[in-house]
Amino acid sequence: MNGNIASGDVLIRAVGVEKHYGKIRALDGVDAEIRKGDVAVIVGPSGSGKSTFLRCLNLLEEPTGGHIYFEGVDITDPGVDINVHRQKMGMVFQQFNLFNNLTVLGNCVVGQVKVLKRDPQKAREIATRYLEQVGMAGYINAKPSQISGGQKQRVAIARALSMEPEAMLFDEPTSALDPEMVGEVLKVMKGLAHSGLTMLVVTHEMAFARDVADRVVFMDDGVIVEEGKPEVIFNNPTQERTRVFLKRILEE
Amino acid sequence: MAEWWQEFVKKFTIAFINHNRWRFITQGLANTLLITFFAVIIGIVIGFIVSVIRTTHDKTGKLKIGNAICQVYLAVIRGTPVMVQIMIIYFVIFASASSSYKIPLAILAFGINSGAYVAEIFRGGINAIDAGQFEAGRSLGFNYVQTMWHIIAPQAFKNAIPPLANEFIVLLKETSVAGYIGVEDLTRGGFSIGGSTYDYTLPLIAIALIYLFLVIVLSRLVALLERRLRRSER
Repeated sequence: MNGNIASGDVLIRAVGVEKHYGKIRALDGVDAEIRKGDVAVIVGPSGSGKSTFLRCLNLLEEPTGGHIYFEGVDITDPGVDINVHRQKMGMVFQQFNLFNNLTVLGNCVVGQVKVLKRDPQKAREIATRYLEQVGMAGYINAKPSQISGGQKQRVAIARALSMEPEAMLFDEPTSALDPEMVGEVLKVMKGLAHSGLTMLVVTHEMAFARDVADRVVFMDDGVIVEEGKPEVIFNNPTQERTRVFLKRILEE
Repeated sequence: MAEWWQEFVKKFTIAFINHNRWRFITQGLANTLLITFFAVIIGIVIGFIVSVIRTTHDKTGKLKIGNAICQVYLAVIRGTPVMVQIMIIYFVIFASASSSYKIPLAILAFGINSGAYVAEIFRGGINAIDAGQFEAGRSLGFNYVQTMWHIIAPQAFKNAIPPLANEFIVLLKETSVAGYIGVEDLTRGGFSIGGSTYDYTLPLIAIALIYLFLVIVLSRLVALLERRLRRSER
């Protein structure tokens, strides 16, 4: 898949997804398709609804309208057991949200054992493998309060990967980090993207979008304004709103 | 030997040594500790259940009836004196119970009373946990109960230990009203000595010192515990 437009099956399909808070329309009819192996980066101004959209995909935010299909199943159907689908969608948060009462290893093991019912020994092996992949194997006994922000986020990535999900959702994974720690996290994410993992990334890191994304999605005012290959979006956007946004953000 | 000292020894002997009156104190202290200990356990059980119902309702909107019952319970228990509560339980609700059930009924009354305060302690402990912890649990596929049990409860309980220990200390002092239903607790013990010797000075000062000693020791332990817990965070 390395960097090409993915040609796998459709993994996630969003149809007319809406999220209204009273009169405020955070999402106003979003349609999107994520194929297996796709690396899609969602960009857009603050308040454009990009994080809300990402959080709707695993129903951390419940859409007020529309449908979300994961592996062909409509997960917005109240009869569907969302927990089964959430296991297959790893999520990385802006604020890391590591479990403060557990060690680095414990963070990566607890979901495997309690949700996937894996043997604890096997779960530890799997967790250690992913912690190695993010360069945190040397900290397995540390508590979250003992490590830096960048390290926390790498552990959070390993925690999500340990569940061996079908797709990973990244919700502004570097926005809460000190500038010198952004690079280490992006490097890990780049590696994941090249490994063929399906990824959906909400970020303000335009360089990451340009270098790593198969597809860049530009959102504004709760809708997808434009999407396409990064070179098209960044060099030749068709929409005025995209141009204005890029001009403002690239001037910074 | 100074005259005041001889006087003190004489009064002390009358109050505590003659007729083995010290037994009022030791037996009373034993009952006070017994009532406090078991009342705290009942309080923790009730408090846990009430706090879970309340937070589940706040987070999911479910358990409306359960939440309403909890609200009434909290309002009534926290809005009336514990002395009135224990008298209602003994003289009204269990009016037909044999007087040999005084201590169990006192435990029940203080347990029900303490449960209301413990519930709010637990609820505060749960609410102090960042919402992100909950979301992270759910995002891994934990259901609501699993998230509460494996992720939120251990952290909430840790937050709750210091205020819980303080509740224990408050309860220890509050059980002094158990005498109103005839329980021979520490306070009542001191009072009984005074009643039979016609001198309340020494026995009342003695029980005050015992309460004070217990509270100071327990407070020290709580402070130690708090420091321990804070260090294990690091």
